[in-house]
Amino acid sequence: MPVIDLAVTPLRELNQALHDLTSGSNDTHFEVINPRGHHAVAVGVDQPVTVDVKGSVGYYCAGMNEQATITIHGSAGPGVAENMMSGTVVVKGDASQYAGATGRGGLLVIEGNASSRCGISMKGIDIVVHGNIGHMSAFMAQAGNLVVLGDAGEALGDSLYEARIFVRGAVKSLGADCIEKEMRPAHLEILAGLLDKAGVADVRPEEFKRYGSARKLYNFHIDNADAY
Amino acid sequence: MCGIVGLFLKDRALEPHLGALLSDMLVTMTDRGPDSAGIAIYGAPDPVRAKLTVQSPHPGRDFENLEHDLGAAIGDKVEVVVKDSHAVIGVDPEWLGVARAVLASIRPDVRVMSSGETIEIYKETGLPKDVVGRFDIRAMGGTHGIGHTRMATESAVTTLGAHPFSTGADQCLVHNGSLSNHNNLRRELVREGMTFETENDSEVAAAYLTAEMARGKNLGQALDGAVKDLDGFFTFVVGTRSGFGVLRDAIACKPAVMAETDQYVAFGSEYRALVNLPGIETARIWEPEPATVYFWEHEKAA
Repeated sequence: MPVIDLAVTPLRELNQALHDLTSGSNDTHFEVINPRGHHAVAVGVDQPVTVDVKGSVGYYCAGMNEQATITIHGSAGPGVAENMMSGTVVVKGDASQYAGATGRGGLLVIEGNASSRCGISMKGIDIVVHGNIGHMSAFMAQAGNLVVLGDAGEALGDSLYEARIFVRGAVKSLGADCIEKEMRPAHLEILAGLLDKAGVADVRPEEFKRYGSARKLYNFHIDNADAY
Repeated sequence: MCGIVGLFLKDRALEPHLGALLSDMLVTMTDRGPDSAGIAIYGAPDPVRAKLTVQSPHPGRDFENLEHDLGAAIGDKVEVVVKDSHAVIGVDPEWLGVARAVLASIRPDVRVMSSGETIEIYKETGLPKDVVGRFDIRAMGGTHGIGHTRMATESAVTTLGAHPFSTGADQCLVHNGSLSNHNNLRRELVREGMTFETENDSEVAAAYLTAEMARGKNLGQALDGAVKDLDGFFTFVVGTRSGFGVLRDAIACKPAVMAETDQYVAFGSEYRALVNLPGIETARIWEPEPATVYFWEHEKAA
């Protein structure tokens, strides 16, 4: 297992080594030590390898991830797993603003709290936050699921398209066009599957409320025809 | 962008190392803003000496004989310690205001960076490593300090446009962000008698807090008012003689990380700035909440 010490190895060498991996590579497990808040750690990985980052990272860790399983054994700065395509990213600590922004697929698990704009413009990613999330989360979210075991901040789901939001705790306020919706058996099933994938054992799907788009903001409404 | 660092010491054993710790933190933030850098250090109070920290574009000419000229003009002994383009003028606290007025007439090119009992501000254009080197900041001790590295957006890249801004005795402010109502607010503050050195938005924020505190508010209360009265993006770190405050606007897009241990409270624009602090591995680390005032104060000296 390659161990890369970012106290002595330049970041570009780490990322280049990860980008050079090809299908069927012998190295399937990387360990990164001394990240010390470095930006762009393990960005753009596109092979099904495992990367364990032993410490806290700065901006954009695991961005654009495809297939890889990346675990941050610490906290993550802004933009963790931004635009993730597939694979799994786990943050053992907290995540700063816009975690999982614009993500198209895969699973992002934040075991601590996430800050503002979590899942902004998400397009298919699943995000599970064990703690709380900050304001303006899931702003203009288009597809995917945002699951929050704790509380949500102000303006949750503002200008929402078709992403699903599940919150177990309190929601400080809902954004424009975001409403609470009925939790039907199909939703409970989706939620149970996500909690299971994220390793959450002691929480039942029935404890959550579901939020989604009222579909009034982004659909053309004939009564508004005069406005154009 | 811009990078901010701050360190408020609780453990007196760390006080001799304040300048070194803060310098390392600031140099780490260099790539957030390479235009200019500045640092405010709060040292030990001296009951018989107040301090004016001044800067000159012509230090050789302006600082030569300054001790004699200023002393003769105010009729009291002053001490001048020259540090590169800056000088620290030690003067009897009662003569501080007079010394400042006299200085403006006998050395018109000299600009006051800070005045007060404990604060010294050093700031110049250039990279943090060069700025902290020129003023030997690493050798300085103190109780708390704030540093800033600037990526200029709202006004020119000049010494006076660098942070920290000091608009009142022993007060200073650094800012990451941009204010949109600073012109209106400046006009109101000018009407109330405040004076401004620059067209910079951050100086207005500093002066706003000074004016609010002059009305009897403490730093925490003044920061509470700033949430309502200042429009724009900001992460502020603010120092007073014994206090250290942090405030982010409600949108909170300008980054901020804080760490607290039994020994200190530390602020960084990024976690990278904090990684060399002692005991950081076990520190409580968090992101300050939007529109929430954080405020620490040393026990006031008797």
